[in-house]
Amino acid sequence: MGNGTRLGRVRGLGPSHHGTGHWLQQRLTALGNVLLVTWFFVSLIRLPLGDHGAVHRWASNPTVALALILLVISVFWHFRLGLQVMIEDYVHGEATKLLSLVILNFYAIGGAAFGIFAIVRIVLAPAAGLAPGGM
Amino acid sequence: MAVSIFHRITGDGLAIVGALMFLWWLGALAAGPEAYAAFVACVWKDPSPEISALHQVTNILGKVVLVGLTWAFFQHLFSGLRHFVLDTGAGYELRTNRLWSILVFVGAILATAAVWLYIAQEALHG
Repeated sequence: MGNGTRLGRVRGLGPSHHGTGHWLQQRLTALGNVLLVTWFFVSLIRLPLGDHGAVHRWASNPTVALALILLVISVFWHFRLGLQVMIEDYVHGEATKLLSLVILNFYAIGGAAFGIFAIVRIVLAPAAGLAPGGM
Repeated sequence: MAVSIFHRITGDGLAIVGALMFLWWLGALAAGPEAYAAFVACVWKDPSPEISALHQVTNILGKVVLVGLTWAFFQHLFSGLRHFVLDTGAGYELRTNRLWSILVFVGAILATAAVWLYIAQEALHG
């Protein structure tokens, strides 16, 4: 350190070391969320949510299932980025910060995988209201 | 100030409570009619004639959480849209900034009230 341009001396020294890409991804997923979550919210209000068969038929429609998978990716990626900033701002001490970030990543990626797998199970479930059971 | 911290709080709430509720619902939907009925009986309404004490509590708690999530969703959505405008460099004048901050709060409360009045009215009429 000490040599190079002014920019070169500070590059990579922000709390996350990846400021710009993080910022941009937060906005891109935010835009995805505006579209996908609004669609999902309206769908939930219009669906007969107490009726398993009706909700299952809705979710197993290929277009709906694809939109749900995109929603899971967009939402979980968005909150992974958001909670990362929260941890970087409020959790001090390198060890606890690192541990918090590891837990956050396990939660976000594990949760998204669970969600996408559930959607796949719904789509591949046999028709006529049978429980998917063994897949 | 307040809008900013509420953006973080609602974001946290949606990411943890909202995402877990969503995954629970989705998992129950995939697992079949019995699992789905158990989910509904826990968070919304237990149809059995004798409702257990646990479900009496969770039926109320579920609705409180769902109303809270609805509000958090609108607050975070409107506040996020405000951030998109601020990102373009617009809206930093004190008066304008203050006006839109207030509108975010008012809009979120009105939208939440509208949604739940609609749900209540649907529940009453069929």
